[in-house]
Amino acid sequence: MPDRKNPLNIHYSRRKVLMGMSALPVGALIPHLARADTPATASVNKTGLAVTDDSVTVGILHSITGTMALSETGSVEAEKLAITQINEAGGVLGRKIKYIQEDGASDWPTFAEKARKLLENDKCASVFGCWTSASRKAVLPVFEHYNGLLYYPTFYEGLEQSRNVIYTGQEATQQILAGLDWISKEKNAKTYYLLGSDYIWPRTANKIARKHIENHLKGSRVVGEEYFPLGDSQFNSVINKIKLTKPDVIYAIIVGGSNVAFYKQLKAAGLDLSKHNLMTISVTEDEILGIGGENIAGAYACMKYFQSIATPENQKFVAAFKKMWGENSVIGDVTQAAYLGPWLWKMSVEKAGSFDIDKVIEASPGIEFKDAPEGYVRIAKNHHLWSRTLVGQARTDGQFNVIYQTPDLIEPNPFPVGYQ
Amino acid sequence: MFAGYSVNDLASIFVMQSFAGLILFSVFLLMALGLAIVFGQMGVINMAHGEFMILGAYTTYVCSQIFERWLPGLFGLYFFFAVILAFIVAGGIGMLLEWSLIRFLYKRPLDTLLATWGVSLILQQVLRSTFGAREVGVTLPSWMMGSWNLTDTIQIPINGMIVISLTLLITGGVYALLYRSGWGKQVRAVMQNRSMAGAVGIDTEWVDRTTFGLGCGVAGVAGAAFTMIGSTSPTAGQQYIVDTFLVVAFGGTESLGGTIASAFSISQVRSILEFFFNGSMAQVIVLLTVVGILMIRPQGLFALKVRR
Repeated sequence: MPDRKNPLNIHYSRRKVLMGMSALPVGALIPHLARADTPATASVNKTGLAVTDDSVTVGILHSITGTMALSETGSVEAEKLAITQINEAGGVLGRKIKYIQEDGASDWPTFAEKARKLLENDKCASVFGCWTSASRKAVLPVFEHYNGLLYYPTFYEGLEQSRNVIYTGQEATQQILAGLDWISKEKNAKTYYLLGSDYIWPRTANKIARKHIENHLKGSRVVGEEYFPLGDSQFNSVINKIKLTKPDVIYAIIVGGSNVAFYKQLKAAGLDLSKHNLMTISVTEDEILGIGGENIAGAYACMKYFQSIATPENQKFVAAFKKMWGENSVIGDVTQAAYLGPWLWKMSVEKAGSFDIDKVIEASPGIEFKDAPEGYVRIAKNHHLWSRTLVGQARTDGQFNVIYQTPDLIEPNPFPVGYQ
Repeated sequence: MFAGYSVNDLASIFVMQSFAGLILFSVFLLMALGLAIVFGQMGVINMAHGEFMILGAYTTYVCSQIFERWLPGLFGLYFFFAVILAFIVAGGIGMLLEWSLIRFLYKRPLDTLLATWGVSLILQQVLRSTFGAREVGVTLPSWMMGSWNLTDTIQIPINGMIVISLTLLITGGVYALLYRSGWGKQVRAVMQNRSMAGAVGIDTEWVDRTTFGLGCGVAGVAGAAFTMIGSTSPTAGQQYIVDTFLVVAFGGTESLGGTIASAFSISQVRSILEFFFNGSMAQVIVLLTVVGILMIRPQGLFALKVRR
């Protein structure tokens, strides 16, 4: 509403004028005083973030209790590893990263409340966190209101884009289409049975998969589609249906603990995954720890990262991760995507030459992480990453053999035309 | 509903679905037995029942690790040791809990609900701190993961058979204990008239403690059995607790037979419905039916006729 006395809505307060005047000489002096790689705090932080002359504070916001703790533990570990490594390499703009960790407790209102605390009270320069789409949707308005910056690591259903979020996992089209194309051609698959846990991600992903199967893979069709409550452990009925309909491909997007029941029951029912094609986009090395490699060996997983990728960059990452978190730890797709967050933030901050959120956001598109564990990574204009999609085949030791990768990076497309 | 299936298909559907229903029945019954004993006999609403089950599952996990490392030759048989150990561990901790907490709450059934809920949270956190938040894989000997092929479309999973036999064994054992042993007589005497039972020389405190221990021990066995088909994580117990309460409430809390009949009817109906609709829908239909029936018969479908 326009102010009648001040129609242009400009407020000149005495304090602001004084501050502006005093900033001139200070700003001119400090670059000479400070080390060359440590620009003055006033020049890189004009918005009151938690940045001092030698440290910058960020937030880590994941569930470390509740049902999602199973999955989010790996993300927390990866983010802490990245922060440690960045600090060892000299920090960001000469400042060491400190983190404040909050527990979302697998509860979406708690996520929103903790996000508000990290942004409003702690003035975090960025936050790494969330896993489920529900938790992300809960914190989104908070990040937009306080103009915070969130690095979100999970593969997800797409249909979203916020200027305050950088999505370091894949969106649905990146993860799904290449895998279906591959199995359709390679295994000459014609019939597909779609399975999923009953919530937004599996349902949206299967919707995209169905459109692709019906409209783009010639002569292919979906012979069944079914959803199960989260945490369900009874799959005998659907396994019987699969036996009767004999699909060429079982396409499974079951999440969390249900996977253990599903794959054990598949095996017990005599469906040998080395003979029957099963493709999943929800089982990573992390889940196989619970499922047991012998129960899932032979299945195909379609995502952008596997721990077994044989590049020097990845081997270095795996070694560092195991050194920090134990020889028995494994790294799944989302864990790697979480590891990208702090690094991409560091690069964006350094390109912007400032911690200010607006400048970092502006600097983000085009940022390249050339020796990321997954390979080359680039931030697109829509705040998602360009990435390759890989198909891995599960081995009995719980790792994947990478048997296919898309020749090029796939452009992220969170709002795919014709798939909605 | 039957369109698109041949007669042959339908025959194997019903065989396979009934077998799936039998496995589900075993799962329900093993869980509900312990809960029904504790609630029916003692009036304690044990919200930590799922966690006792998970204690059994983790016992099995530890057992499998020990056998894998130190006794690989006996690995094929470790599961049977694990079941016994699961009973002892869960039962023992149950007795400890009764002694330290539950016995002070016998006159306040609603408080047992709150207190045991707190216990369930504590147990979850203890398990999380000990074993980590992630699921652990319980490796099973390969002979337990196979299946018998009766025909091309009918395969009977061996682990299902083991769960079913284990359930029969435990149910028989519980029945014998409660209705054929001196201890069972004492239990029933204490439940009917505590002060009179005390007056004739029954150690009512000991009876309470062992009954609670038995309930928790059976939950532990259920947990050991579930490692074959489900997941082992600190919070996995929560997934079963609602279904279990459903079975117990539907069956009527005082009778063992009621629990069995209720577990059987709920599991078979759900299993058949699951095939022709889907998992979520089957659960909804079963839940609505049970709620409907409980509105007409609040005491449960199979409650004993007792004078009140």
